[in-house]
Amino acid sequence: MKKIETIIRKSKFKEVQEALHEVGVNFFSYWDVTGLGNEKTGLVYRGVSYSTSDIQRRHLSIVVNDDFEEITIQTILKSASTGEVGDGKIFVSDVNESYRIRTGEKGTETIN
Amino acid sequence: MELLTTNNVWMMICTALVFFMHTGFAFLEVGLTRQKNTINILFKNIFIITVGLLLYCLVGFNLMYPGDFNGFLGFAGFGLDAEAALDLTYSEGYTYWTDFLFQGMFAATAATIVSGAVAERMKLGAFMIFTVIYVALIYPIAGSWHWGGGFLSELGFYDFAGSTLVHSVGGWAALVAVSLLGARKGKFDKNGKSLVILGHNIPLATAGVLILWLGWFGFNGGSVLSADPALTSLVLVTTCLAAAAGGIASFIFSNILYKNFDLTMFLNGVLGGLVGITAGADQMSPTDAILIGAIAGVLIVLAVALIDKLKLDDPVGAIAVHLACGIWGTLAVGIFGELAGWEQFSTQLIGVASYALICIVSSYLIFFTLKKTSGIRVSEKEELEGLDLHEHEMNAYADFRMNEH
Repeated sequence: MKKIETIIRKSKFKEVQEALHEVGVNFFSYWDVTGLGNEKTGLVYRGVSYSTSDIQRRHLSIVVNDDFEEITIQTILKSASTGEVGDGKIFVSDVNESYRIRTGEKGTETIN
Repeated sequence: MELLTTNNVWMMICTALVFFMHTGFAFLEVGLTRQKNTINILFKNIFIITVGLLLYCLVGFNLMYPGDFNGFLGFAGFGLDAEAALDLTYSEGYTYWTDFLFQGMFAATAATIVSGAVAERMKLGAFMIFTVIYVALIYPIAGSWHWGGGFLSELGFYDFAGSTLVHSVGGWAALVAVSLLGARKGKFDKNGKSLVILGHNIPLATAGVLILWLGWFGFNGGSVLSADPALTSLVLVTTCLAAAAGGIASFIFSNILYKNFDLTMFLNGVLGGLVGITAGADQMSPTDAILIGAIAGVLIVLAVALIDKLKLDDPVGAIAVHLACGIWGTLAVGIFGELAGWEQFSTQLIGVASYALICIVSSYLIFFTLKKTSGIRVSEKEELEGLDLHEHEMNAYADFRMNEH
């Protein structure tokens, strides 16, 4: 089992979600995150200009069976991309075990 | 009798509208500051209107309208006069009770202006002491000089609804308070460069400004002191045109300077136009009103920048709106409209200077004494974590949390 974490543009979320759904990845968690980076946004408030390096993104955490790993990554790479700086990242790590709380069963059956 | 009934109904409607302005002030101040200080601001606003009315009943009304007096200070005794109230020949425009309540709604406004300027860093207790003294004594004494028939009205000074008597009186105290209090942490960097502290609810600030505009129908409309058809309708027209022109001028001018469409400047511009027209709302033609409003709108943008330059921190722009435009509106009576003329202009200047004197001296004494005794500023920890948490032990958005600080 693999955990695929990805940080994407909020504006790309719907596209990524639909693309994942099409390849059979239906379950994942997500939350909004704020990061710091090289990207700077110039803003003005009451005559004082300031810039913020705060970057608003969405973080998705997807756990899949090994045979879904490649298709999930490829789908995200394709659907989350705009080609501009700041499209985000994908991190892949191993997952030791997985349980379904309702039945107590464990293993690959409990996820995609 | 029928005329009195009609007049009095209009005056009571105006009283209610001026009361509603306190909602506008509360929304505007909350919107332009951070969410960790919301309870504190609301608490101050509710304190001002409640204690303000009680004090105005106890001493304020009779200090401001003492009858015959020496022109500087008079007092007609404590409390309201139920016997005088029975006399329906008291005025053609309103009853005694209406007179008290309408003026009482105004009284609290002066302290509300200060509340916004000192937001996010002033000790609640010290602010409450200031409010009590300022609303009970300073506002009514200063008011008696003109509206109470004192020496400035003898001189021919003209302030229709309070560009000076209400707005500058609050504005001067705000200026003194902000100077003695110091800027919020994070408002200026160590080189003195102005930084940005964003307001947390711009939709609420917008609602506040529209509510204030609505309230101004009563603030200026009621200052006719009767339902005189020609005057009340003219006053509403000049008031609204000045507000519109103030907003437009402000957003265009700030767009030229800063290249963005700053809604908060737009909002301040509307208020600047309203404050500007207040002194001469019954003396101006529509064209005059538009010019006065537009100049006020430009003035706001310059004043906000100047206040920043002076290293003063006024989170809601109260000094720019109420002091700068209050002075402008008062002087404008000598430049535009029926009373325009050099003699009137110099009388207006004397009026502005007299109010500057009493307000600066009295508020300096109050704030300086408080600073040396109880202190006026919260601790650094309290400021960072929010006044809601430390002064009130409450949370304004307990179950609604997107971005806490």
